[in-house]
Amino acid sequence: MLLQVPSLSIQEEEIFSLIGPNGAGKTTLLQALSHLLKPFQGEILFRGSRVETNHSVLGYRRKLAMVFQEPLLFDTTVLNNVASGLKIRGMKRDEIYDRAMEQLERFGIGHLNGRSAKTLSGGEAQRTSLARAFALRPEILLLDEPFSSLDPPTRDSLMEDLEHILQQTRTTTIFATHDRLEALRLSDRIALMNKGRILQIGSPEEVTNHPANEVVASFMGVEAILTGKVIKRNGGTFIASVKGQEIEAVGDIPLGETVVLCIRPENVALSILSSREGTSARNVFPGKILKVTSLGLYQKVQLDCGFPLVAYVTNHSLEELSLVEGKDVRASFKATAVMVIRK
Amino acid sequence: MDLILEGIKKAFWLLITFDPEVMGITLLSLEVSGIATLVSLLIGISTGVTVALSRFIGKRMVVSLINTGMGLPPVVVGLFVTLFLWRNGPLGFLEILYTPTAMVIAQTIIATPIVMGITLAAIQQLPQKLRLQILSLGATRLQMVWILIKEAKLPLLAAVMAGFGGVISEVGASIMVGGNIKGYSRVLTTATVLETSRGNFDVAIALGIILLLLAYLVNLILTQIQQRERPR
Repeated sequence: MLLQVPSLSIQEEEIFSLIGPNGAGKTTLLQALSHLLKPFQGEILFRGSRVETNHSVLGYRRKLAMVFQEPLLFDTTVLNNVASGLKIRGMKRDEIYDRAMEQLERFGIGHLNGRSAKTLSGGEAQRTSLARAFALRPEILLLDEPFSSLDPPTRDSLMEDLEHILQQTRTTTIFATHDRLEALRLSDRIALMNKGRILQIGSPEEVTNHPANEVVASFMGVEAILTGKVIKRNGGTFIASVKGQEIEAVGDIPLGETVVLCIRPENVALSILSSREGTSARNVFPGKILKVTSLGLYQKVQLDCGFPLVAYVTNHSLEELSLVEGKDVRASFKATAVMVIRK
Repeated sequence: MDLILEGIKKAFWLLITFDPEVMGITLLSLEVSGIATLVSLLIGISTGVTVALSRFIGKRMVVSLINTGMGLPPVVVGLFVTLFLWRNGPLGFLEILYTPTAMVIAQTIIATPIVMGITLAAIQQLPQKLRLQILSLGATRLQMVWILIKEAKLPLLAAVMAGFGGVISEVGASIMVGGNIKGYSRVLTTATVLETSRGNFDVAIALGIILLLLAYLVNLILTQIQQRERPR
């Protein structure tokens, strides 16, 4: 796996997420940051000083803790597992067990301390793994997809607890995940990765609403990504021509420039053609439903409005508007809902 | 039938009275095979772990060689040890052919690949990322290796059993390099061969029973440890 990161700096006490599809290089970057992999080129600085000699690598590694997707517990009791990192550091016995118990209680698994780690459920095992990391009181916590192999209810409760604990400890955290919702929930900043490169770094709001390019937009949940040309300007807004249709968006962009317009499916409203309801949306397009896919709690409706568009509607609206494939509807979205990427 | 019954009766008599010759043979067996097993554990585990953890060109070939070594025919080992220790051989100056030391050497050569092969497999079956996890817990390389060995302790106990079992019951190499000298290099297996060929079935049976008991006892103890360590 080739990784190309010109530079990356992590602030103290922040929760920094690395997101991107599988194979984007998140794990490789985490392992390089923790010096488990030696970078071919470049260096790692911790509080301004270089980590390079064997001695300083060990010292550096002992300032951080890492949790993987698999719990990777040792074949011993839960308590001994949580104590293992402290034992490696040669700490005194009493102190080790006090600290380990403290973390077990913190993760709500104090009662499991004498159990063999092999008998734990997936959630309990991952809690043990996290407790083992926190017992080290790390200055940096590295999480490599820690929730990915858990079932949704287990994941939610563990994520909630972790969020709470991180608020208390204010541990600097680097969190790799392929799930953008996990990242949006926990992070102060997000780096979006693809094919070994970082495409954008920003706050959750920035990467969601101001994607740097189409890949970021698509990963952050944008379904309609359209290329057009600016044909009119009108004091702060502009109109771009997309396959002959005119879409209005916000921005100060010169005439003739090519832009990429991104429209989130949750910002697209559907109504039936005959309705006369007024809409404040500037962009209103008649279109035909190509496909309706259930996403469980809501439905994904793919439309042809002269350009492809996707809308999410609730199960309730789907029934009320009797949206079926082939039906003609009216799609609308606000000019402010269109994210603009300049080319 | 009488022959067998009479043999078993006499055998028990020899055992109950702690016949000095039989006891001497038993102790020597334990000593030779015990030392050989210990030495093979030292060499086998360290080499096995090293091979398992390192990446190099030709690793597969080395692994196949080790696995082949797990089935080394004792007589072939006996032959080569004899050749090396022969008066004019490369190591002839040591003058240890037909001594218990030579037997320890031969048995070590037999047991080492067994221990090495099982160690190799045991370490390789641990999850790849476990190493990274241990290092990220702040372990030095040596601490990491030690933790991995502890994680593989159940199969490693099997390695001890297989190694010891392999050499205590081995006869070909011991007879060739030890010479089966009475009161000096005679062990349970070589004595059994000799007594059987002489028609002294009672002694042979007694020796056979002891051999079985020893193998059973050693395995019983190790199995106890193994099962105690096994998570409930």
